[in-house]
Amino acid sequence: MSHEIEAIKDPGLPAHVHRKADTDPAAANRAERQVAILFGISALGTVLLIVSYIFVPQDKFIFIPIMGNQNAHQLGLGLGMAISLFFIGIGAIHWAKTLMPDTEVVAQRHEFRSPDSDRKEFVDTVKQGATASGLGRRSLIKKSLGAALGLSALSPLLLLRDLGPLPKKEFEKTTWKSGTYLVTDPGNRRIKASDLEVGAVAQVLPEIEDPEHRKLSDIGKDAVLLIRLRPQDFNLTPAKFDMTHDGIIAFSKICSHMGCAVALYEQQTKHLLCPCHQSTFDVTRGAKVIFGPAARPLPQLDITVDGEGYLVAREPFSEPVGPSFWERNSQ
Amino acid sequence: MTIETGLGTVANYVDERTGAAAWMKKNLQKVFPDHWSFLLGEVALYSFVILLLSGTFLTFWFDPSQREVIYDGGYEPLAGLKMSAAYASTLHISFEVRGGLLMRQVHHWAALIFMSAIVAHLLRVFFTGAFRKPREGNWIIGIGLLTLGIVEGFLGYSLPDDLLSGTGIRIAEAIIQALPVVGSYLSYFAFGGAFPGESFIPRIYTVHVLLLPGAFLALITAHLMLVWYQKHTQYPGPGRTEKNVVGYPLMPTYMAKAGGFFFIVFGVIAFLSAVASINPIWLYGPYTPGQISAGSQPDWYMGWLDGLVRMAPPIETHALGHTISWNILIPGLIIPGILFTGMALYPFIESWITGDKREHHLLDRPRNAPNRTALGAMSLTFMLVCLINGGNDIIATHFSLTINQIMWFTRFGVLILPPIAFVVTKRLCLSLQRADRELVLHGRETGTLLRLPHGEFVEVHEPISPEKAYLLTSHEQAPPLELPAVDGHGVKRVGVLRNKLRSRMSVANAEAVTKVSVNELKEIEHH
Amino acid sequence: MKRISRYRRHKAAGPFLLIAALLAIGTTFSVASATTTAQTTTVDRTTQIEEGRQIFLKGCSSCHGLNAEGGQIAPSLIGVGAASVDFQVGTGRMPMADMNAQAMRKAPLYDAKETAALAAYVATLAPGPEIPNDSQLNYERDGNTAQGGELFRNNCAMCHNFAGQGGALTQGKYAPTLMGVDPKYIYEALITGPQSMPVFSDKTITPAEKMSIIKWIKAAEKEPNLGGASLGRVGPVTEGLLGWVLGLGILIGVAVWLAMKAR
Repeated sequence: MSHEIEAIKDPGLPAHVHRKADTDPAAANRAERQVAILFGISALGTVLLIVSYIFVPQDKFIFIPIMGNQNAHQLGLGLGMAISLFFIGIGAIHWAKTLMPDTEVVAQRHEFRSPDSDRKEFVDTVKQGATASGLGRRSLIKKSLGAALGLSALSPLLLLRDLGPLPKKEFEKTTWKSGTYLVTDPGNRRIKASDLEVGAVAQVLPEIEDPEHRKLSDIGKDAVLLIRLRPQDFNLTPAKFDMTHDGIIAFSKICSHMGCAVALYEQQTKHLLCPCHQSTFDVTRGAKVIFGPAARPLPQLDITVDGEGYLVAREPFSEPVGPSFWERNSQ
Repeated sequence: MTIETGLGTVANYVDERTGAAAWMKKNLQKVFPDHWSFLLGEVALYSFVILLLSGTFLTFWFDPSQREVIYDGGYEPLAGLKMSAAYASTLHISFEVRGGLLMRQVHHWAALIFMSAIVAHLLRVFFTGAFRKPREGNWIIGIGLLTLGIVEGFLGYSLPDDLLSGTGIRIAEAIIQALPVVGSYLSYFAFGGAFPGESFIPRIYTVHVLLLPGAFLALITAHLMLVWYQKHTQYPGPGRTEKNVVGYPLMPTYMAKAGGFFFIVFGVIAFLSAVASINPIWLYGPYTPGQISAGSQPDWYMGWLDGLVRMAPPIETHALGHTISWNILIPGLIIPGILFTGMALYPFIESWITGDKREHHLLDRPRNAPNRTALGAMSLTFMLVCLINGGNDIIATHFSLTINQIMWFTRFGVLILPPIAFVVTKRLCLSLQRADRELVLHGRETGTLLRLPHGEFVEVHEPISPEKAYLLTSHEQAPPLELPAVDGHGVKRVGVLRNKLRSRMSVANAEAVTKVSVNELKEIEHH
Repeated sequence: MKRISRYRRHKAAGPFLLIAALLAIGTTFSVASATTTAQTTTVDRTTQIEEGRQIFLKGCSSCHGLNAEGGQIAPSLIGVGAASVDFQVGTGRMPMADMNAQAMRKAPLYDAKETAALAAYVATLAPGPEIPNDSQLNYERDGNTAQGGELFRNNCAMCHNFAGQGGALTQGKYAPTLMGVDPKYIYEALITGPQSMPVFSDKTITPAEKMSIIKWIKAAEKEPNLGGASLGRVGPVTEGLLGWVLGLGILIGVAVWLAMKAR
C-alpha cells in the first residue's frame, strides 16, 4: 500500500557546517594547544604511576573524603595509570574532532552476490573437481574413508579416559561408619552430649587418624551439623527419632540441592537456611524442605553416645549425601 | 632521512614482497559511519585486549595448583592457615607484587565491562535490526561470543580458589552431576574424582588461558572481518541509502577516534581499579566445602542463572531406581538453552515472519519495528527479574524486605511481567510513531501563542526541516504476508497451520501508524 | 491582642500556626510518653537484685510475665542468665519497641547501673550464662587472628557474611552486622544465643577460641580496604552494579561526546 502513496523525498546530505578551527587559524592553534595540554596531563599521570611504584611504600595509608582510608601506593599506581591512559584518549579524540577533516564522505556499497557467470564457473569447478577425485564413483573408497575417519575420531575420546576414575559407588560412601566419633571442626576434639545446651549447634566431622591432613574431598561429604533441641520439639517418625540422642540431631551439612554448606540455623523457628538458593529445612521434621528449590530433606546421621558420654555415629548415612544424581535410588 | 622517505622505504620493501599498497590504499580510505551507539562493540573489543594484557601479567605469578600449602606471606589474618597454592599465589600477587593487586582489579573490572559492553552492543544490534541479511552469521558469532564470555568469566574468577568462587564451582559440579545417565561420570572426569579434588583448577586454567582465548581470537577476528567486508550499517537519515555508507575515512579521523577510544576504555577500567575494590579474596578465605558465606552470588552475568535456580519449584522425579533433578536441569540448562538458541536463531525467525529476504544496511529506529522492540523489552524484563532474584538476600537486607517475598514476587513476576512489558512497549512504540506523524504534519510546537485578528488564539508551529521530515518518514512499512490457504491454481497449500501462525505473527508484526506521505503534506499546506 | 489581630491575615500566619501546633503536640507527646528513669545509688547486692526486680516488673513483665515465666509473645527468662540480660538490654534490643520480626540494636533504654540490676535479678531465677569477666575478654593477648578467621568462617560467616557485614535469614529476619560491636556483647551473644542465633557453648567453641573469633572480628573492622572503596564488602552484587552504572556510564558518556560534531 505504501508504494502507492508518494513518500517524502530525500533532501540529500545536509550542507557541511565548518568548525571554528576550519576557518580561524587562532581557533585551530587553540585546539592544538588544548590537545597538547591533554597529552601533558597524561604524562603527569605516568609520572604519578612511576613515583608511586618506586617511592611510595606499600603500607602507607591516606585519608580520602567519602572513600575513607586508602592505600596510597595502590591509589597512586591506579590513578596514575588511569590518568596516563585516559588523557591520551581524550587528546586523540579532541584532535580528531577539532582539527581532522570532518566532511562526511560517501562510499558506495557493492552487491555481494557474485555475477551469474562467476557462480556458474564456481559450480562447474567444484563439480569437475569432485568428479576428478573419483569419490562419487568409487564407493569402496568412500566407505573405507568414512570408516577410517570415524574410527580415528574415537581415539581422542579414548585418550581422555584417565581424566578421572569411574565413580562406581563413591557417591554413596562417606567416612562415617558405626562407632565413628564426632569431633569439632576446627579443633578435632571429641564432643560429649552434655557439651551442648538446648539451642546450641556444632560443626562436626568424623574422627580420623590423621586430622591434620584431612582431604577436602572427604570434608565435602563428611561435614555434619549437630543441633540440640528438646526431645519434645521433634515431630519425627519413630525410626528417625531413634536416630537422635536426647534432643541432639545430626544432619549432613551438604545441601541436598546443589551441595553448598547448610548451616544457617534459626534457633527460634528451628529452620535451617541454605544461603545459595534459599532452600529452607525444618529441623523438627527431619530437615523437611519447606521453602525453596531443594527437593529432598538433608540426610540424617544416626547418633548415640558411648560409655563416657561422647557422641558417636551408630550407623553410616543410609542414603548418599549431597546433590542428586542419576543413579541415586533413595527417596 | 625524513620521516616521509623512511616510511617510503619501508612501504616499498613490504609492497615488493606482498603487493600490500593496493589493498592498504583501499582500506585506509574505508568509510565508517559515526554514532555513539556503534562504539559499544568497540568497548567490548578493547576490554578483550585489556583482558589479554592484564591476564598475561597475572600468569607470570599465578600458580594454578590445588596443592596444599601453609600460608607464610604478609597478610596476618591468614597466617599459618592451610590453603591451595592457587589461593596463596593470588594473595602474593595482591599483597607483595607491586602493581599486582591493581592488575588483578584491572583484569576483573575489564571482565565486567567486557560482558556489560557485549550485552549493550547486543541490545543495540537487536533493537536496530542490524542482524538482518546479510549479517545473520555475524549475529550468531556474537551470541557465541556472549556465551563463551560467560563461561570464561566464571572460570576466571574461580581460579583463585577462594570461598566464594569455590561455592560457585560446587554448584557447577551439581549441575554436571545432575545430567541423566552421564552426570556422575562427567563429574568424576572433570574433577579427577570426587569434588573438589585436586585437578579442577589446573584444568580450568588451561581452558581459561589457552583454549577460550584462542576461540575468542578466532571468533572476534571473524566478527570484525565480516563487519569490515560487509561494511557497517548506518542509521537512516538524509543522504543515507541502502546503497551507500556515509561517514568518515579510516585514516586519519576514524583511526584517531577509535584508537583514542581504546585509551579511554583502558583509562576508565584503570580508574575503577584504582578507586573501587573488587574480588577481595583475602576476606573470603580459602575454599573448603564445609564453609559458606551469607550472600553468596556469582558475578552479574551469571546472576540471572542463579536467580532462575533459586525460584525453581522443588521438582525431582524418582523412577526405576533413578533420579532426575528437574529443579536443577530446567533452570540451569533447559531454559538457558532455549533462550540462547532462540536468540541465535532470531534473524531467521524474523525473516520467516516478515517474509523479507532482502539485504538491509539501513538500521531501523526501534519505534518503527514495534513488535521486535517489544519482544526485546520482554526478554530484557525476564532477565532483569531473574537477576533480581539472584541477589534477593542482599536486596532483602538493604531494603527491609524478606527473601520469601522477593522469591514469590519473582516466581510470578517472571511469567507475568514480560508479557506486560511486551504490551506496554509495543503501545509506546506506536505512540512514538504517532508523535512522529504529528511532527511531520504539523511541525514543532514552539510554545508561542498568537492572537489572530478575529480573536482566536493559536499556537505557532514551526515546520520541521526537510532533513528531519525525511528521517521520520524514510522507514519502510511493509504489509503483512499474504499466505492464502489455496494457491493460484486452486491447489491447497501444504502446512496450513504453520502458515496460519506465520500470517498471524506477520499481521501483528506489521502493525504500525501509517507514515506521512507527500500527498498528506500537500493537503496540510493548503489548509 | 490588637497586635496579634493585625497579623491575622499575614501570609505567614498559616504556616506559623501550623508549626506552632505541631511543636505543641510533639512536645506534649514526648513529655507524656517519656518513662522516668529511676535514680539509684545502690551498693549492696540484695538491694541491687530488688532494684532489678522493680525495673523488671515495670518494664519487662508486661511481655515476659510477672515471674519471668514468659507467655504468648515473649519467651521465659528463667535460666537465661545475666549474660543474656546484659546483651539484650545493653545493646538496646530489649525492651523491644516494634513487635515485628527482628529485635533491632538501638539506643539502650536503661543505663549501666539499671542493666546490671536487671541482670542480677534475672540471674537469681535459675543458673545461666554469666557476664564474661576480663580474663575471657583479653582477646588481644590470648586470641589468634588467623585461627579466629577459620573459626569465624566455619561458624559465623554463613549468617553474618565473610566480613561480618550481616546477612538475610528467612521471613525478614537477619543476622546483623558485627562491625562496631563491643567485644563483651560478641562473647555474650555466642554463649546465650539471642533470638535467631544458636548457642555456641564453651565446650564446642572454647573461651580461647571465642577470643580468637573476637580478635579476628576486630581486625576485620579495622582493616582498611586495600584495592579502593569497599562497596559494602557484600560481594559481586555491588561490584556488578558499579560496573554498569559507573563503568559503562562513563564510557557511553565519552562515546556520545566522541560522536558529537565539534563547534
